[in-house]
Amino acid sequence: MCDTCGCNITPGNEHLVRGDGRLAKTDEGREAVTVLQSLLSENDHQAAHNRTHFDSHGVFAVNLMSSPGAGKTALLEATIESLGDAYRIAVIEGDLETENDAERIRACGVEAIQIATGSACHLDAHMVHTALHQLDLDPVDILFIENVGNLVCPASFDLGQHRNITLLSVPEGDDKPAKYPVMFRAADLVLLTKTDLLPYLSDFRPERAERCLRELASESPLLSLSSASGEAMEDWLTWLRTEVAAQRERIRQGATLRPAIQPDGMRLHSAAPATHAHAHGVVNATGGEG
Amino acid sequence: MHELSVCIALMQQVERIAQEHDAGRVDRIVLQLGPLSGVEAPLLEHAWPLACTGTLAEAAELLIEAAPVKVECTQCGAVSEVVPNRLLCASCGDFRTRLLSGDEMLLASLELSRMKTQAVQQQCV
Ligand SMILES: Nc1nc2c(ncn2[C@@H]2O[C@H](COP(=O)(O)OP(=O)(O)OP(=O)(O)O)[C@@H](O)[C@H]2O)c(=O)[nH]1
Ligand SMILES: [Mg+2]
Ligand SMILES: [Zn+2]
Ligand SMILES: [Zn+2]
Repeated sequence: MCDTCGCNITPGNEHLVRGDGRLAKTDEGREAVTVLQSLLSENDHQAAHNRTHFDSHGVFAVNLMSSPGAGKTALLEATIESLGDAYRIAVIEGDLETENDAERIRACGVEAIQIATGSACHLDAHMVHTALHQLDLDPVDILFIENVGNLVCPASFDLGQHRNITLLSVPEGDDKPAKYPVMFRAADLVLLTKTDLLPYLSDFRPERAERCLRELASESPLLSLSSASGEAMEDWLTWLRTEVAAQRERIRQGATLRPAIQPDGMRLHSAAPATHAHAHGVVNATGGEG
Repeated sequence: MHELSVCIALMQQVERIAQEHDAGRVDRIVLQLGPLSGVEAPLLEHAWPLACTGTLAEAAELLIEAAPVKVECTQCGAVSEVVPNRLLCASCGDFRTRLLSGDEMLLASLELSRMKTQAVQQQCV
């Protein structure tokens, strides 16, 4: 938390730090302590350290989120097929149960670590850290972290990734961003998937999906593609190539990047006390408020 | 439901701060939750008893303050209070706004006592 710059003071919590100050005594000899720390500060710490791991190994890390079955694994399979020769790719798979997704990725000739989250409906930074110890990051260019299929919980947990991608598949309906604002606001890129199904689901209007996204004050790109038919993959692959190049440039400059919209915790972490200044890297200007 | 994970993380944080302040008991925990935090207050309240049992905060009052969703327009500068899925400027209608508040997920403050729990106190009398 930050004592000086006020970065974590919002109109909602201002009264706690103004007035009677940070440490006020109440009656009955109780001590009132102002904290103003993210509820997930432990997770955010671990995430910052994961990010340092990625940066020091020259890895570009992406967190893929969507509802169950929106096509995350199919997208990875298609992407590996197209870019597997140009980049070294590794995948961390998060699912409640089974090794199925990791096996699908391994069948493409790419290393995959499966995290079985049990009852947890999201990945957290500690689970990802454990998985990282089973992976040799040195030769890896791109690490995809496929989160648990869930449009709610994964959005709250920073994993240390550089970019968040949220998939919206055509069968889900075009108003999903309006129904799940936290998830879609977190996306640096929204991928509209399964577009080969558009002819059969004529009430899905891509422009309505985009309008719902803009109403969340998001300027993130929205790209359409079909992993099944392979149509319109090129824009996505270009986005990925550009991002890998940008990550290499950041590493050269000793900078890092966090997803554009950060949960509260990241905002606080960037102002962490000096004892935590180790290993968190320099934050590039582009990593700030979007 | 990630509210239990959040509760457990909160509990660890509260215990650490209580120890730093040599407190024997936590009387009150004040949180700030915005609708865009992704954490639901009722679910958190529901999960809380599971996380606090047997801790210094077992008898603590959990107070959750809601934070309003407010945006500042990057085009005209107006500040508007809005709903979570329409973060548009209420003045000029532009979507290019910056969130001022509404995504808070904060442990705002704690009230601590030196005394142990009531039960221990009664034994001493
Ligand atoms: N028509 C069509 N089907 C697709 C496409 N992409 C994926 N699917 C199908 O959708 C189903 C789910 O795809 P997955 O890639 O497993 O989805 P996922 O998001 O990884 O699912 P979970 O990991 O379980 O959340 C499978 O039957 C896929 O064959 C697509 O572009 N078009
Ligand atoms: Mg999958
Ligand atoms: Zn640290
Ligand atoms: Zn305006």
